[in-house]
Formats: sequence, structure tokens, C-alpha cells
Amino acid sequence: MSQLLQHLINGIAAGTIYALVALGYTMVYGVLKLINFAHGDVMMVGVYMGYSTAFMLGRQAQGTLWGVLLIFLVAMGGCALMGFLIERFAYRPLREKPRLTALITAIGISFTLSYGFQLDIGFLPGAAPRAFPQIIKPAMWFTVGDPEFPDVVLWNWQVISLLLAVGLMAGLQYLVFRTRFGRAMRAVSFDHRVAALMGIPTDRVISLTFMIGSALAAGAGLLYAIKDTSVSPLMGLYVGLKAFVAAVIGGIGNVPGAMVGGLLLGLVEEFVVGYAASTWRDAVAFGFLILVLLVRPGGLFGRVAAEKV
Amino acid sequence: MRRFAPMLIAAFALFAAACEKKTQPAPSGEAAPGGQAAQPANTGGTPGGSDTILLGEVGSLTGAQATFGISTRNGIDLALKEANAAGGVKGKKLAVRVYDDQGKPEEAAQAVTRLITQDKVVLILGEVASSNSLAMAEKAQAAGVPMITPSSTNPAVTDKGDFIFRVCFIDPFQGFVMAKFARENLQLNQVAIFQDNKSAYSIGLTDVFSRKFTEMGGKITATESYSQGDTDFRAQLTAIKRTKPQAIYVPGYYNDVGIIARQAREQGLTVPLMGGDGWDSEKLFELAGNALDGSYFSNHYSPDNPDPKVQKFIADYKAAYGGVPDALAALGYDSAKVAIAAIEKAKDLSGPAIRDAIAQTKDFPGVAGTITLDKNRNAVKSAVILKIGDGKTTFVTSVNP
Repeated sequence: MSQLLQHLINGIAAGTIYALVALGYTMVYGVLKLINFAHGDVMMVGVYMGYSTAFMLGRQAQGTLWGVLLIFLVAMGGCALMGFLIERFAYRPLREKPRLTALITAIGISFTLSYGFQLDIGFLPGAAPRAFPQIIKPAMWFTVGDPEFPDVVLWNWQVISLLLAVGLMAGLQYLVFRTRFGRAMRAVSFDHRVAALMGIPTDRVISLTFMIGSALAAGAGLLYAIKDTSVSPLMGLYVGLKAFVAAVIGGIGNVPGAMVGGLLLGLVEEFVVGYAASTWRDAVAFGFLILVLLVRPGGLFGRVAAEKV
Repeated sequence: MRRFAPMLIAAFALFAAACEKKTQPAPSGEAAPGGQAAQPANTGGTPGGSDTILLGEVGSLTGAQATFGISTRNGIDLALKEANAAGGVKGKKLAVRVYDDQGKPEEAAQAVTRLITQDKVVLILGEVASSNSLAMAEKAQAAGVPMITPSSTNPAVTDKGDFIFRVCFIDPFQGFVMAKFARENLQLNQVAIFQDNKSAYSIGLTDVFSRKFTEMGGKITATESYSQGDTDFRAQLTAIKRTKPQAIYVPGYYNDVGIIARQAREQGLTVPLMGGDGWDSEKLFELAGNALDGSYFSNHYSPDNPDPKVQKFIADYKAAYGGVPDALAALGYDSAKVAIAAIEKAKDLSGPAIRDAIAQTKDFPGVAGTITLDKNRNAVKSAVILKIGDGKTTFVTSVNP
């Protein structure tokens, strides 16, 4: 029983992060019908921005609220800028081209970032994995069982990171469904040519969508780095793929779907590894994806739209 | 808008060029043959053809296990510089062509093919990871080019054929050493195992450790596994926690072990961890913080060794690259030394001649122990047990074969 509780805590912690990264995929897909494969790598760059900021503040920046806020602000702002540049120079010139072209550029950007960051020149961090500084001072909030072998442990950062993720998601939900910009975004998503005819500045809306998605990725990346402590240039490929799966399970293009998909994936993986074997982790995760797609081709929350001919 | 496109392309081209530079073969040291990349055929180790003997090296210079490749690289480089400063071998200078395999077996196999067919090297050094060496050994054996792996401990590597050698001990020995130490010195009864099921090295160590430990009266409480590159090990650690072990044997690589240690502490597992030479990297302490204090691992050498030969190596290494050399640097150095001695002794520069010369290596004074190759082309030498505390290692004991 206590083991189940511990798995639940761990699974939710992993799942919220998948969910946050998945939100970026879903937003961009929702608006542009483009799977932005560079999303995970933007996340990785965000993590390194946070890493450098933490070091500039002094390695023991832990505990100070302002320090943490500044780290998040720098990483998310930096990534927003990067998202803008990527969209402006890699995707916008190809917008009227077949969709496959933009997908290929996305993969190109992804590889450029993940392998470029393995170089060891100038500001680039080099290939070796690094330990992310503990920017939130870890403290046990809750334990069950004897102190030598506590059966269940809950850490402060697990709660903080969950709250932060939920806050970011709620903010996004508000933005999409309750603001003028959100309405413009949904209009562009519906049909960007008609939206343009209605006087919506499509390019600006798409740019902003990319910037918000990238900022979310940076936020998620920092939570991931706080959780698993190790950062490396290749982390984006792995987390990005998982988040992509989460987005598809939830129904890509659907915001609540991405959240549910992320949480489900995190929990499924945790239980598979905890009760069966780690070898099965990816097989079960992708099997789950196939199962969902077989039963509900649009994903759990998605609608199957009839192709207009 | 149009104006930006050429600029962007130019930027990318520049970037690509920068990438090229790093992964392109770079003959090391002062002995780099002039205009190397342009005429690989001329600079190759063809006897009498040129005044350079070209060796090949494959290592993980990028990727998750980059410190392995870089340490080995430095060790080999140091040995070659010394040999060249002393006048070279057979009146010729030595050079080495290095390819990066990014820690992937398939890249390693490709790199070794390139070294053999394109660069025509006389001998190949590498890899550290056994999975990569296995991929390389196949090709080297087929082409009849001798290969010396500095630090691949999986027995299957030298089983690939009579052209494949190693200057380190093999896994069964390392698993045996740890099992014996855990049972006799630490007097442990219950140990859990956490293995990397993607690595031949980790599986090899696990097999021997669990067999020996059980034979000696101990009990394995749980065997859980992870895959290289995972960063969340909480599920497995939670499962291990339930079996209440006195220690956990984690025969993995430093990059995973560092995170495992942290997460084990976080999940409330305070028992010591135990491991093998895959732990040996300065990065381990950065990744683990103080989570590994009180843990043990078996290794090839200890920098505490007062032997003047070892201390001279450490001083030279520090002067050249900064930092204390880890075991992989020491073994890289030894592998190059053995190779150089064999080339010197061989009657010509053909594969079989060099192979015969390597096979005769006996009582060779390496910095990571005295090397005598047995009939299976494995080095027979002792292992050391190191204890971790305060971000550094201290020598505990040495175990003979």
C-alpha cells in the first residue's frame, strides 16, 4: 500500500512535467498544424539558461524566492525569444510550402541544438552531463514508516513543482479561452487565411504562440532539472519524445488533453517500472499510445475532423 | 525577408564547419603529419612509405559518457608525446587518428572501418565501453588489424579473436572482488542489485557478483534494472527500498550512478552503494553531490599509490591537462605504452607481426599495475577498492587475482 502511494507521488511528479512540455506541442500544433520537433531542444536550452543564471547568482542560490523567480524569468524569457527567432527564420518562410518541409526543418533545428550544445566552445556547455544546482532547498514534508527506511517520502519541491505546473497550465487555459489574444489564436487555428481576411494579424499571433510555447517548455525543463538533477544536451530529445506521445494520447491540439495525457503517461511509466521491469517502460508507453489511437484515433480528448476535400 | 535567407545559410554553414572540426580526425600531438586530411593514404602506416606510423583511436568524445573518451584520449596523447620526444619508434614519429563514436556501438563500428580501410592504421586503440569495443573488435579481427582496448572489461571483447587485446582485468574478476569485499570486509548479508540492462559491462558484473555473493552465504534481496540515459530511477528504487537491503550494488556508469545516488537518498535509502570502474570520473561527485559518501567501488588504480612511476604520470598529466588522471586516463596511457613497445619490437609493421609482439607482453610496468597478457589476451592484475567521502576517493584495500 505504501509502495503504491510512493509510486503515485513519483508518477504524478513525472507526469506534470510531461504535461507541461506537451502543452507546447499541442499549442503549436493547434495553431499551425505543425509538429515542432525542436520543442524538446528549446526546453534543453532553457534549462542551460537557468543553469547559467543559477551559477551567476552563486551556486547556493537555493532557498531565496527571488533567486528562483529570476532563474525562471531568465530561462522563460530567453526561450520565448528563441521561439520567436526559430519561428521567424525557420518556419515562417516555409509556411505556404507543403507541411512536410516545415517538419524537416523542425528536425534539423532539433539536431542542430542538441548536437551543437555538445560542442565545448564559447558559451556552449559541452557534452558531459551536469548536476543542476538545487535552487529549491530540499526538505522532507511528509514521511511514513521508520526514519531508517521511510516507506513513503514527499518532498517540498515535488509539491512546489506540481503547484507551479498547475498554475502555468491554468494561466494558459485562461489565455486561450478568456482573452482577446486567445480568441485570435483559436481563429488562426481554425483557418489562418480567413482569419487574416478578418483583420487578425496572423503572423503576430503565430509568433506569440511560439513564444508562449517555448517559455512553457523552459518552465517545464527547469522543473524537470530540479526533479532529476542531471542536465545534458541530449535531454531534450528524450523528454520531447515522451511529451509528444503524451500530447497525442490526449488528442494533439487539445489543451486539457495534453495535461491528462502527460499525467497518464507519467503514471503508466512509473507503475510499469515499479511493478514489472524498466525494460518495458518504453514498450508499454508506446503500446499505450497505439491502443489509444486504435480506440480513439483523435486521442482521448480529440475530435476526429472529417477531411474537407 | 529575402535578405535574411543567405545570412542564415551562411550562419549554418559556419556552424556545420565548427562541428566538423571537432568530429574530424585530428592527429594529436606535435607529431601531426602535415596536411593530414588531404592525403590519408600517404600518411598511413604503410611500412617504408612515410616517416610517420599512424595509429587509430575510437572513443566517446561527445555523448553521455564523454569524460571516458576524453580521459582516455589524454592518456594516449601523453604516451605518444613521450615516445616522440624520445625519438619515436623505429626512427619514425607516431601519430594517432581519433574518431568520436558519441558513445554508440554503431558509430564505433563505422569509425573502426574507416580507420582500417581509409586511414590504413597499423593498430587500433579503444574503446572504453564494452558494448562499443565488441562492435569494433569484430571489424578489427576480420581485417587483421591488432586492437588494444584500454578499459573494456567484458570478457567477450577479447573472445572476438587473436588480434584483440586488453590492458585491464575482466568483469568476472571485478564482480568477484566486490562480492568478496562486501561479504568479508563489510560483512553484509543482504544486498540489492540495480543494473543497467543496456550495457554488457553492467550485466557481466551483476552476474558474477550475485553468484559469488550467494555462494559466500549472502542474499540478493532484489534485482532491478534501468536503461542508460534514464534520469528517473524512483520507481525501481522504491521497489528496492521495500526489500530493506544493507547495500545496493550499482555496476553502472558515472553519469547514471550520480543521479541514482541522489534519488536513492531522496527516496529514503541511506545504505551505501557499491560499484565498479564505470564510476571513475570526476563528474561523478558533481552529479552525486554528497549522496555517495560512504560508498565503495572497485577500480584499476588509485592516485594515492606512492610508486614514483605513478606519481610522475600524475604530475605530467596534471601539467598537460589539469586535474588528477582517473583510471581511464591511466589505462589509456598504458594501452598506448604497450602498443608502442610492441611496434618497436615487431619485425615489421604488418598486422600479424605487431599482434605477435603484443601477445608477448610480460611484466610490463604500467601505471595502473603490471601487465602480463594471458593466453586469452587479457591482462592479469590486481584491483583496488576505493571509498568515497567528501567528494574524493580514498584507497581501502587491494585485491589480487
